[in-house]
Amino acid sequence: MSVAIRINGAELEADPSGALWWPERSTLIVADLHFEKGSSYAPSGRLLPPYDTTETLVRLAAIVARLTPTRIVCLGDSLHDGDAVGRIAADDRARLAALMTGRDWIWIEGNHDPAPHGLGGRVLAEWVEGPLLFRHAARIAAQVSRSKKALPFAAGEISGHYHPRAGVNWRGRTVTGRCFVHDGARLVLPAFGAYTGGLDVGDPAIRSLFPRGFHIDLIGRERLHRFNSRVLFGARDG
Amino acid sequence: MCWFAARGWRPFPHQLAMVDVDRAGRSALLIAPTGAGKTLAGFLPSLIALAGNAPDKAADEPGGNSAKHSGGLHTLYISPLKALAVDIHRNLEIPIEEMALGIECETRTGDTPAHKRQRQRRKPPQILMTTPESLALLLSYADAPMIFGKLERVVVDELHALANTKRGDLLALGLARLQSLSLDLRRVGLSATVADERHLLAFLSPTGRADNAPVDIVRGAAGPAADVTILATSQYLPWSGHMATHALPEVYQAVKRAGTTIVFVNTRAQAEIVFQALWRLNDDNLPIALHHGSLAPEQRRKVEAAMARGILRAVVATSSLDLGIDWGAVDLVIQIGAPKGASRLVQRIGRANHRHDEPSRALLVPANRFEVLECRAALEAVKAGELDGDPPKPGGLDVLAQHITGMACEAPFTADGLYAEVTRAAPYAELSRATFDAVLDFVATGGYALRRYEQWHRLAQDEDGRWKIARPGFARRYRMNVGTIVQQPMIRVKLKRGRVLGEIEEYFVQGLVPGDSFVFAGELLRYVGMRELHAEVTRGGSNEDPKVPAYEGGKLPLTAMLAQRVRGLLAEPGRWRTLPPAVQEWLEIQRLRSELPEPDGLLVETFPRGRKEFLVAYCFEGRNAHQTLGMLLTRRMERAGLHPLGFVATDYIIAVWSLKPVRDVAALFAPDMLGDDLEAWMDESSMLRRSFRNVAVIAGLIERRHPGEQKTGKQVTFSSDLIYDVLRRHDPQHILLQATRADAAGGLTDIKRLGDMLTRVEGKIRHRRLRRLSPLAVPALLEIGKESVYGAGLDELMDEAATELIAEAMAEFTDDDPVPELPL
Repeated sequence: MSVAIRINGAELEADPSGALWWPERSTLIVADLHFEKGSSYAPSGRLLPPYDTTETLVRLAAIVARLTPTRIVCLGDSLHDGDAVGRIAADDRARLAALMTGRDWIWIEGNHDPAPHGLGGRVLAEWVEGPLLFRHAARIAAQVSRSKKALPFAAGEISGHYHPRAGVNWRGRTVTGRCFVHDGARLVLPAFGAYTGGLDVGDPAIRSLFPRGFHIDLIGRERLHRFNSRVLFGARDG
Repeated sequence: MCWFAARGWRPFPHQLAMVDVDRAGRSALLIAPTGAGKTLAGFLPSLIALAGNAPDKAADEPGGNSAKHSGGLHTLYISPLKALAVDIHRNLEIPIEEMALGIECETRTGDTPAHKRQRQRRKPPQILMTTPESLALLLSYADAPMIFGKLERVVVDELHALANTKRGDLLALGLARLQSLSLDLRRVGLSATVADERHLLAFLSPTGRADNAPVDIVRGAAGPAADVTILATSQYLPWSGHMATHALPEVYQAVKRAGTTIVFVNTRAQAEIVFQALWRLNDDNLPIALHHGSLAPEQRRKVEAAMARGILRAVVATSSLDLGIDWGAVDLVIQIGAPKGASRLVQRIGRANHRHDEPSRALLVPANRFEVLECRAALEAVKAGELDGDPPKPGGLDVLAQHITGMACEAPFTADGLYAEVTRAAPYAELSRATFDAVLDFVATGGYALRRYEQWHRLAQDEDGRWKIARPGFARRYRMNVGTIVQQPMIRVKLKRGRVLGEIEEYFVQGLVPGDSFVFAGELLRYVGMRELHAEVTRGGSNEDPKVPAYEGGKLPLTAMLAQRVRGLLAEPGRWRTLPPAVQEWLEIQRLRSELPEPDGLLVETFPRGRKEFLVAYCFEGRNAHQTLGMLLTRRMERAGLHPLGFVATDYIIAVWSLKPVRDVAALFAPDMLGDDLEAWMDESSMLRRSFRNVAVIAGLIERRHPGEQKTGKQVTFSSDLIYDVLRRHDPQHILLQATRADAAGGLTDIKRLGDMLTRVEGKIRHRRLRRLSPLAVPALLEIGKESVYGAGLDELMDEAATELIAEAMAEFTDDDPVPELPL
């Protein structure tokens, strides 16, 4: 079950898979796929199960089959490193090609993979569509206005990069999960890749993006759960 | 023996017997209670053999083994504890020096400085004291054949504590390798009394099997029976709870009357609480100390030294003091809370009074009514000499993977040769060649069925088909990760502008907010915040309801043997006379209102309460099996439309509550629960994830978290849970998943024990439908408020959390807030 999020006037849906859906433009957005992260450790003798690319593609194919988007946007770090393309197995290339067929596919440049080449689709540094701006990493405002509102250029920004996660204390246990982070002006997606770790939303790197506080939609087993940042950090923090 | 006579000691018969066995060229298993001079018995043959030309030595004994050792390492002593190795070394130096034997004796552990360790490899001493992990490391160096080529004897201390554990598995593999390096090696095991001696014989046998093993059993005299009593409290006996705070004033009085007491508890949290409580009662200002595994090592050494000097009146300790050198001055052992197992109790009792001819004294303090039954069962078991018999488990495949890696570091090997050697280690005697090959494949290539790492193998084969480590860097990484003990990520706790107090599990710190008070290392502390990689605290938190760190893995479940005895006790009202009046009354009323559980069957009570329906099953299979059972029961109940809401599991019972009542109990508890339901649950279970993480670290798939590891802004490492999920979906037969499932048979999930129970009670389940809760069910319901609720998945938990948290704080901004337009 997805949850509605409005960013800069656009009606979006956060999907429990970790993808973002924009029904009005039939556009599906995912962030930080990190293809071939598993195999990247092999030269140092750490032979992790090299199935993460397959798993990521299978999960992506499942939502694509459900929502049938006409466009898919990958918000950067789609490949884990510069040599990843060469390591992608033939069957995974075929899976990817099948997903790209008959669709507009946009690779946004990330920091791990400035230019995902040889995979088809189009590669852009940023993409603007209607009220939304898609980029890999949120731009931190150089200045904050006196009223502490986020500067206009940040409004409508959809990005990834930070792999947000949150932990909630309940009955003496901490339950953690990936989450979407947003404040109506900008949204940071969770990482979609099967082997991606995360950064806690309490980390200054994420908190500083939302000076007025934020909401998170935490991904549970089947549903999303919304929390307010004031509740996560206690009333005395912002 | 002049040295003995000079000190007024006479050697025990078993000590002399050990010399005879060694002379006959055979191995020995010495079974004796603590305090029987076991260690000297283990070393005596070595001391005799190594004695130089000292005139007052045993050279004048007739028929003495006069073949002198040609130099190099003669005897290896292995102990599970670093501290024990160090202490034994110190104790051994005394006779060596006083008799001027001229024997070189050294210790080697993780604490030994690097230059000393290097020198020990170049020029080994004659006797070396070490740990299983340090032995594994030594065996991984190319000079291992030179170091161990002339080894004559290996002495394994506290063998009963090592066998049947992963540490024991690693040691057994190491012994098999030692035997290959030195064919005439004799093995000696020093052990407490155990239920299964054949298992230990196999461990000491060069063939890995007990049949026709060249191992003699030497028995020390039994010593007088222990004097064990159960505290008959004059206070109100609680219905639930584990802290036994009601009895602590009486415990304090017992400590006052004794000389030196060890107060054993079952968990670290209990240790902290009991320690605090005793000090509040400590009007006489007796020196009472605290000892558990999370305290800083320096702190623990101080306490141990004070015990050795006899200046403490009591130590509150967890299993951290189960093993260790004998302190002659301890004359009382108090066990707070039910002991969980008869063997464990006997071992703890043995820590009291090591003047071998006097009885050890022990006092059991049950914390609640059910524990009274367990304590009585334990006492009867001890009197009957009945010990818990854990059936031997096959050796861990993750440990085997670690060992294979180590052997590849040492020298190239053939698969045939290593397989033959490995199956001469007792835990791996039944290992199939196919499984061995799968483990070897994992070490070499990762063992992934669908995707082979063509280029990046860890092991390479030379022209003769022998396997060796592909790059020297891998050997370094292996050596940094040797060992089978995998801890939860721990965070150091440090006083602001002061010293390190110890370590606490990371997740506990995550639950703290600056200003929170908590109890640790015997002090009331206030959490300031995280500083880099440690938690900073100050002294003097608020006394109102301070938190106590709960530690994972602290709670051992009730053993099967004790459970059986408790069931027997409940079923025979004639035996209740010896129980406290409050307990007798409790059981009598239970008999009136409902019934008592039969020893063979399973009693299940159902009753309504509030607006919920409860089911309480008196399984007595220990909390781990009950937790697994709870997960499976709630799945079934969900499918049956009964809307289960949660469950609670103790060592004695499982209690589930739901919206609708259970009618068909027999169907609910049918053994086929362990089929598809178990598979499906195992897929999701966090306990299996934990097992997988341990397996993955031990096998060398992922590395340990080293203290001081940096977490950069973007997390560099990622959770083993992610690897587990991907692996089980794409390669479900992978050897590490097999190893994980094998661990799950026991351990945190105890699936085997659960399965045995379900099979045993099939057709013998008694279902009592009651109109209200029974007396026997009261403790279960009291637990519900206290413990965190298991079984609720993230979603259910989040629902509750969300409802409460949302109610607490309205969202500050809603969708109606004006947001700036994008200026394009």
